[in-house]
Amino acid sequence: MSYALREALAAFRRAPVLTGLSSAMVGLALFVVGLFSLATYNLQLALSAIEERVEVVVYLRDDARQSEIDLLLEELTAFDEVRFVTYVSKRDALERARTELPEFGELFMSAEVNPLPQSLEVELREGFRTPEVVQKVADASEGYPFVEDAQYGREWVDRLFALRRIGLASTAVLGGAFALVAALIIGTALRIAIFARRDEIYVMRLVGATTGFIRRPFLLEGALAGLAGGALAWVMTYATYRGVYAYLFEISWVPGSWVLLGIVVGALFGAVSSALAMRRHLQEV
Amino acid sequence: MIKLSHVSKEYPKRGFALKDVSFHVKKGEFAFLTGHSGSGKSTTLRLIHMADRPTEGEVRVSGFSSERLTERDLWKLRRRVGMVFQDFRLLPGRTALENVAFVLEVTGTPRRAIQSKANRLLTQVGLSPKAGAYVHELSGGEQQRVAIARALANDPYVLLAGEPTGDPRDRATRGVMELFWDINAKGMAVLMATHDLEVMRRHPHARVLELDHGKLVYDSANAEVEREQAEVQP
Repeated sequence: MSYALREALAAFRRAPVLTGLSSAMVGLALFVVGLFSLATYNLQLALSAIEERVEVVVYLRDDARQSEIDLLLEELTAFDEVRFVTYVSKRDALERARTELPEFGELFMSAEVNPLPQSLEVELREGFRTPEVVQKVADASEGYPFVEDAQYGREWVDRLFALRRIGLASTAVLGGAFALVAALIIGTALRIAIFARRDEIYVMRLVGATTGFIRRPFLLEGALAGLAGGALAWVMTYATYRGVYAYLFEISWVPGSWVLLGIVVGALFGAVSSALAMRRHLQEV
Repeated sequence: MIKLSHVSKEYPKRGFALKDVSFHVKKGEFAFLTGHSGSGKSTTLRLIHMADRPTEGEVRVSGFSSERLTERDLWKLRRRVGMVFQDFRLLPGRTALENVAFVLEVTGTPRRAIQSKANRLLTQVGLSPKAGAYVHELSGGEQQRVAIARALANDPYVLLAGEPTGDPRDRATRGVMELFWDINAKGMAVLMATHDLEVMRRHPHARVLELDHGKLVYDSANAEVEREQAEVQP
């Protein structure tokens, strides 16, 4: 086992309470980040389900000729962002209304004239269901004189995307804040570790150990604290997930790659926090 | 080996600790650096060990110059210059062997060679029977021997020694001095700070460099040259 790893592990043995507390505090800080990840992931899932229903409906005038409708259908289908376009005739629209809105069934039955317009339903490809794309498709349709209106629920789509942005921003801001707390905790623990080993560090400098060699055990110590904290954070996040799932409502657990990434990021984060703390405190020894 | 050229060192609050000091200690030479307390002995050793840099002038040690050596490359010099501190700076809670092995380990000696080399160094300083003793279980003289063994760990070209402790007439102290002479006899330059005249009196062949208020006031090598020149001239 290398000197750096041995010394980093020895730090846990020498001061188990300090290093344990440090990992626990890092774990708690990263737990908050984990909770936000869980919430964001489920919000994303919910928004994705809603997003699938984002489409543009182009209402056509009753006097639109079939050749004109075919031309528009062809043009809309040519958009890279469009998955497919469905023509809904007046008759189809009435049939659908009778099925989907049974409470108005009598009204539709008694009407002498079909009041519903013919339309083109434009479904967009995944990843293109954005306010900009739906606006583009709607604008292209509205240029035709036989188009009555193109609807896509602009406010609804805008809110959907605003909600997504808020979710991501709050995760980034709050996650960042708690990550900073974790960095400060690791830095403080490291400062204590450096102080406790000041004699060794002094001797190492004296006899010609390289700076990298002196730093390595502390970097590893920070990385191990981050790793342990990251793992602890996921354990707590998973326990919370189980609790919410069992007693409150159904939610989904984050993908395995997120958990792995979280632990790796925790370790890297611990190493970086250590490196920053060392730049300041090693000079004092 | 060690060359100081017009070296001055000024500290912001204390003022000048050294002023225009020049001397050259050659390979294999044994020199005492003497002077009263506060004369600049420790500052000189710190400058040679490059724990400090001169305010003016240049310090050259084993090919390294104080003007060019960066903090990043300081370790290269430290492996060529062994240092025995006055207070030894041994690691408490470790045995004599572990203190020496620690230096070997942190300077990159292969693991399988550490134990045998640490034992060999302790044997060289006459302390192999106490290899397993903890620092607090050793006498002052024994601790000094561990510090010497540690300073020799990297096979340095130069050995710097702070003021040796103990009565020079004492057997243990004499033993430590003998050890320094043995090391010097193998070709290593030794520069030892001391204010003890008795130590110098017992070793009349060593060179003496005397500092007073930061100035080099006496160099026995120059005095010898001057004496020889005076004898030649009618």
